[in-house]
Amino acid sequence: MIAQLTLGERRAGLIILVAIALVGLAMAIAGGNGPFGVHGALVLVGAIAGTFWLLGHYLDAPPRAERLREYYDDPSKVGVALAMIWAVAGMGFGVWVAALLAWPEFTLDQEWASFGRIRPIHTTGVIFGFGGNALIATSFYVMQRTCRTRLPDQLGAWFVLLGYNLFCVLATTGYAMGVTQSKEYAEPEWYVDLWLLVVWVTYFIVYLRTLAHRREPHIYVANWYYLAFVLVVAMLHIVNGLAVPVSFGTDKSYPLFSGVQDALTEWWYGHNAVAFFLTSGFLGMMYYFLPVRAGRPIYSYRLSIISFWGITFMYMWVGSHHLHYTALPQWVQTLGMTFSIILLVPSWGSAANALLTLNGAWHKVRDDATLRFMMVAAVFYGLTTFEGSFLAIRSVNSLSHYTDWTVGHVHAGALGWVAMISFGSVYAMVPWIWKRRAMYSPALVEVHFWLALAGTLIYVIAMWNSGIIQGLMWRTYNESGTLAYSFVDSLVAMRPYYIARTVGGLCFFAGAVLGCLNIYLTATRAPASSAGDSAVTADPRPPVGAMQPAE
Amino acid sequence: MKPERDPVTGRLTTGHEWNGLTELDTPVPKPVYFFLIVFLLFCVGYWLLMPAWPLGTTYTKGLLHQDERASVTARVKAAAEQRASWTSMIEVDHAATVLEDAALMARVRETGRTLFADNCAMCHGMEARGGPGFPSLVSGTPLWGATTDALFQTIMVGINSDHPDSRTSQMPAFGRDGILDATQIDAVVAYVRSLSQPIAPTDRIAKGRELFAANCAACHGEGGNGNSEIGVPDLTDTRWIYGGDSASIRQSIWRGRQGHMPSWDGRLQLWQRRVLALYLVDLRRHAP
Repeated sequence: MIAQLTLGERRAGLIILVAIALVGLAMAIAGGNGPFGVHGALVLVGAIAGTFWLLGHYLDAPPRAERLREYYDDPSKVGVALAMIWAVAGMGFGVWVAALLAWPEFTLDQEWASFGRIRPIHTTGVIFGFGGNALIATSFYVMQRTCRTRLPDQLGAWFVLLGYNLFCVLATTGYAMGVTQSKEYAEPEWYVDLWLLVVWVTYFIVYLRTLAHRREPHIYVANWYYLAFVLVVAMLHIVNGLAVPVSFGTDKSYPLFSGVQDALTEWWYGHNAVAFFLTSGFLGMMYYFLPVRAGRPIYSYRLSIISFWGITFMYMWVGSHHLHYTALPQWVQTLGMTFSIILLVPSWGSAANALLTLNGAWHKVRDDATLRFMMVAAVFYGLTTFEGSFLAIRSVNSLSHYTDWTVGHVHAGALGWVAMISFGSVYAMVPWIWKRRAMYSPALVEVHFWLALAGTLIYVIAMWNSGIIQGLMWRTYNESGTLAYSFVDSLVAMRPYYIARTVGGLCFFAGAVLGCLNIYLTATRAPASSAGDSAVTADPRPPVGAMQPAE
Repeated sequence: MKPERDPVTGRLTTGHEWNGLTELDTPVPKPVYFFLIVFLLFCVGYWLLMPAWPLGTTYTKGLLHQDERASVTARVKAAAEQRASWTSMIEVDHAATVLEDAALMARVRETGRTLFADNCAMCHGMEARGGPGFPSLVSGTPLWGATTDALFQTIMVGINSDHPDSRTSQMPAFGRDGILDATQIDAVVAYVRSLSQPIAPTDRIAKGRELFAANCAACHGEGGNGNSEIGVPDLTDTRWIYGGDSASIRQSIWRGRQGHMPSWDGRLQLWQRRVLALYLVDLRRHAP
């Protein structure tokens, strides 16, 4: 990896690592034995190890100029590996945290294993660890192909990938030590947030530079979505992360906003994290890998445009539907609800565009589990966005809010849509980037598909049942005009569903473990393929900057 | 690249191409526009009727003049009025009268069960049988008395709580504070155990009896029968809050006990506290 860096990049890398080591040292001194100090030591040790590694290869021969004729896929390879490791870790914690609800004593009597700590380890592990790495890995791959150009340099991509994983490690280890901002999906504290900001802005710059050097006159739809994902997540992260640290030597900070303003900012962030992290980014993935794998043109360019702008414009308004019937003024709730309803149209536009693209390739969906992953993902995307708009209606929300229905809805999206499209894309991309004829075992992909589908269905159906029962039990009055059920009654009624949920999660987790194994075997043992698309091709055309504007 | 005709759909491509990837020039399907318009019309209607758009320091109130807070307040009030048909009787009538009224007691049982489960069960257990550190409410005499009025009072003010009229009960830490030494405590433990268990008399028990009379009887009574006037438990029965084995009794004498029960005044309404007291009396009546 170091051998691929130019001499200048090696020098820059060294400076960055030394700077990180110094920051780690300062944190370790300031934080002492507290979590802040532990994180400082972790950063210090990591940066020193990186420095030695880089120095060990510092004098290697510089990379050959011919590399510039090839796409740079090594960051994508490492990104896929990291995504799968995070998938197994994050889903493993998911199964554990699900089991805790059925068997609460399953914390091993450890502070760090209490529900409140491992639940965010699960969510961060799967959303940011698995999802984020899958997005970074595929976006590097897709942007190079659709721009017909190599990444602008080597160091930027590595900084983004490794820096992002440092963020994930600091976040999750922090939760285990009790470090949290207590904002759902934005739990990391101020110093971890600042680091992510640096990484994320770099990501945005790498993306823009690649686009600026493109050899294609048009920017493909997938890039619109990836770019929206990178840009808006930066915006959300900055605004929701505004906080004042207690001091520069502690982990604790307090958010800048308070009360209902803080709640609204948090859910503006929270729902747009769903929108731009878990939807836009993965739509970018779908718009590339699904048509390529199916060998079909996109059904409608025009529908792509209308769906993209519909989703991008309307999602920004809907966060307040998380705060129906709270201290949030009713007019804000109204806006959140109504925009959520209209949002269904562009959402279904995207799902339909994907499914109609498959016309003429349905026999491939039948035979190819990789393509089937992506098809099922599009179906779940449609189902989940319908459910989302439905749950955003105030009167429906009065039944569903605070119940497991929300959890079921989230997992229909996270398992059915996000994870399925990621697995499909990864299974498509892995043989291409490792230059293999196919996955090591297509049969194992097939097994993974059925485990994933069964796991998702068991999970989601269990949570629908449990959520609706819960909601109804909480609002049932007896003839005397008092509550018919106590809260504990509803917990007792939930137990079978909690066990079913654990079983569903276990199936999904098992599939991810098989996927890991299959990808490892593909990278190491599958027969090599001579045909690949790793060459930027002998395209004589200059980068688009030197051309006429496209339209 | 020139637009090409796709053989499957018969549509032309847009002429854009990326690494072999193309797009069809299919027009946006009509249902998309249809539903966009329908949903938008619905939203405009909703905005006209409900509070919707901000206007600087105020907002559009909507033609229905709906207000979330006003409507929930009205519904809570209406529900309370409806409930008052029987809760007012619970509040006013004597406990004895209510306990004889079968219809009213049916409501007490129904409502008491969920009130107890939501507010009391986390300490006293779903069946009110207690647990380590928390007394059973169905067997034996509760610390501060078993009548409806006594139970009602305990629920209202709590024990060692922050309520100004809280019931207070402090058992001193005889060992920690050096009132009795370890040997003396062992003797008292042996004596206390002999009160509820058939143990052959020994010198130590005799010594314990003397120490008990001098140090404990003031509260626990000569025979150790307790006193519910001041919240003192009976030591002669086999029901123990903190455990009846030697180690637990030694611990109680060494460290003392200052059990805590919160006050429910202000957290539950009058009728709810009365329902709970009546519910417990009824539960005790039917306890096996």
